[in-house]
Amino acid sequence: MLDTEKPHARTIIELDGVTKNFGAVQALKGITANIREGEFFSLLGPSGCGKTTLLRMIAGFDDPTTGTITIDNKAMAGIAANHRPTNMVFQSYAIFPHLSVADNVGYGLKKRRLPKAEYKREVEQALEMVDLGGYGPRAAHTLSGGQRQRVALARALIMKPKVVLLDEPLSALDKKLRDQMQLELRQLQRSVGITFILVTHDQEEALIMSDRIAVMFDGQIEQLATPEELYRRPVNQRVASFIGVMNFLEARATKSSETHVSLDVQALGKIDIPRAGLPDGMKPEEIHRVGVRPEMMTILIDGAPSAERIVEGEVVETSYYGDMTYYSVRLNGLEAPVTISMRNTAGRAVLRPGETARVGFATDSIIVFR
Amino acid sequence: MVVTFSFWTQNYLDLDTTFTLANYREAWTDPLYRELTLRSLRISLVVTVVTVLLAFPIAYHVSFHVHHRKALWLFLITVPFWTSYLLRVFLWKVILGYNGVLNSALLGLGLIDEPLSFILYNANAVVITLAHAWAPFAILPIFVALERIDRSLLEAAKDLGDGPVRSFFRITLPLAMPGVVAATIIVLIPTVGDYITPRLVGGTEGLMISNMIQVQFGKANNAPLGAALAVSSMFIVGGISLLIFFATRKIGRGGAD
Ligand SMILES: Nc1ncnc2c1ncn2[C@@H]1O[C@H](COP(=O)(O)OP(=O)(O)OP(=O)(O)O)[C@@H](O)[C@H]1O
Ligand SMILES: [Mg+2]
Repeated sequence: MLDTEKPHARTIIELDGVTKNFGAVQALKGITANIREGEFFSLLGPSGCGKTTLLRMIAGFDDPTTGTITIDNKAMAGIAANHRPTNMVFQSYAIFPHLSVADNVGYGLKKRRLPKAEYKREVEQALEMVDLGGYGPRAAHTLSGGQRQRVALARALIMKPKVVLLDEPLSALDKKLRDQMQLELRQLQRSVGITFILVTHDQEEALIMSDRIAVMFDGQIEQLATPEELYRRPVNQRVASFIGVMNFLEARATKSSETHVSLDVQALGKIDIPRAGLPDGMKPEEIHRVGVRPEMMTILIDGAPSAERIVEGEVVETSYYGDMTYYSVRLNGLEAPVTISMRNTAGRAVLRPGETARVGFATDSIIVFR
Repeated sequence: MVVTFSFWTQNYLDLDTTFTLANYREAWTDPLYRELTLRSLRISLVVTVVTVLLAFPIAYHVSFHVHHRKALWLFLITVPFWTSYLLRVFLWKVILGYNGVLNSALLGLGLIDEPLSFILYNANAVVITLAHAWAPFAILPIFVALERIDRSLLEAAKDLGDGPVRSFFRITLPLAMPGVVAATIIVLIPTVGDYITPRLVGGTEGLMISNMIQVQFGKANNAPLGAALAVSSMFIVGGISLLIFFATRKIGRGGAD
């Protein structure tokens, strides 16, 4: 278990059987999940799976068709967005174009009628928190995309909400800035200790930033787990292929005992796995497919360090990434090539398409799917 | 041409083309002309305010509460305005007249004992008729400005604690201001110079400066004085428009920038 996980923290948001219909379209088909206080929680899934719909219902812009949303032990039915302890960072940032940066950040504070000096101090503090100290008097429309994003964040954080909701906040930024903001956002969340719920379709982003991730498909949560668990033990093929790269191979059980199952895996041959490695409640005879991650296979060159098991194949394609090389290898006895990733250490040769590769792997790297 | 005319003098049948400011002196000092100019301005300012106040909720409704076929709705709302201007003026005359539709109806319902006389042949009638005539020209620019407001801004305002009234005054109205200013100027300028409406429904109390200009060019046969009056009112209207434009721009920006 990662130390970032907070299994003992209390629940701040409780989603219980939440559904949402838009006419005939069932956008959410029963979402049940608990989000813990102070965690960085992500909703991850492909376009159209209902992430935004769920986030908007937590914020109070929409009502569930059925089911309940509880925030901080209070049922949210009938409570409008302006009375909820949540604040949102919109995908478009929704910066008020006719106001200065300071007026944008202080927008929600105005209602609290603080003394002028205190109001000013709060705004300046919020701006400093997002590295925009001194930007207060600037007109909002003169800001860059990254700066707008920070203003939107400061505008939400200044309200000291119980939960900050972020709808794809980084998708409009270029790659470099996005990588940088991912880390900054993560650090900021840790330092303020406020629960963040992030919507994203970028699995890498979710893995990097989150304490826990809910993977959604077609209006349902398929798996809710820590990034590590999601990557190592995806519950099904859909999750497995959405998180990182996964090679799928046909397999069937030939023999099973109390403790082990013997599999006959396409191209890899006979492999024994412990029974505990099967998904909960799955019977050996139901096995028909297994997976192996690209980094769990090694291309052996010049008989260098050996592996538990070795198979041969032909390199179809080579993609060089500087630190890594991704190989497409057609294993003997297999039609579709598998992907293998190798770290480019000093002096290590890169194989060319057409060359023969000896591929090593460990039998405990095999993942069984339902 | 009107400008050059205004510096000349009319001698019965021919024009004295020596340069003179006498027409302007008369236009700016004669109490009658001053009274008419002020009344024109007053009437058209009232018309403008009434029109914009009527147009705003209509434009707002179509922009925010109509979700399908907004264009069709706008078209239907403005259809009554595409009939001939004169026809509409006469229509109002029929409705507002001493024996008109409105009075007959009110009498018939027993709500009044004798016909209301304050509704036709005075400034009120001019205001009603003009406001009706110019409404579509006010609705359109306001509608366009409202349409351009990113709806997520209103959600953001709500998210930050604003109820509907607060977010209207803090977000919607300031962002719709360019449309409101455009509508104001579009209505104000032509109504000051309108002479048909006051002639037909305004009576003597409802006459405006443009009627006097028309008289000077026509019956009174003093084109230079008419021209001077015309140029003067043009300047006044232009000045007011600029004033409105800059004042609201400053308010709209909230002092920033
Ligand atoms: N207001 C609406 N009216 C009708 N259908 C809607 C509405 N909002 C969302 N939907 C539908 O609900 C489904 C989920 O939409 P949602 O916006 O939540 O997806 P998403 O996961 O956020 O996708 P993306 O990554 O593309 O933003 C989609 O099929 C969408 O077409
Ligand atoms: Mg979305």
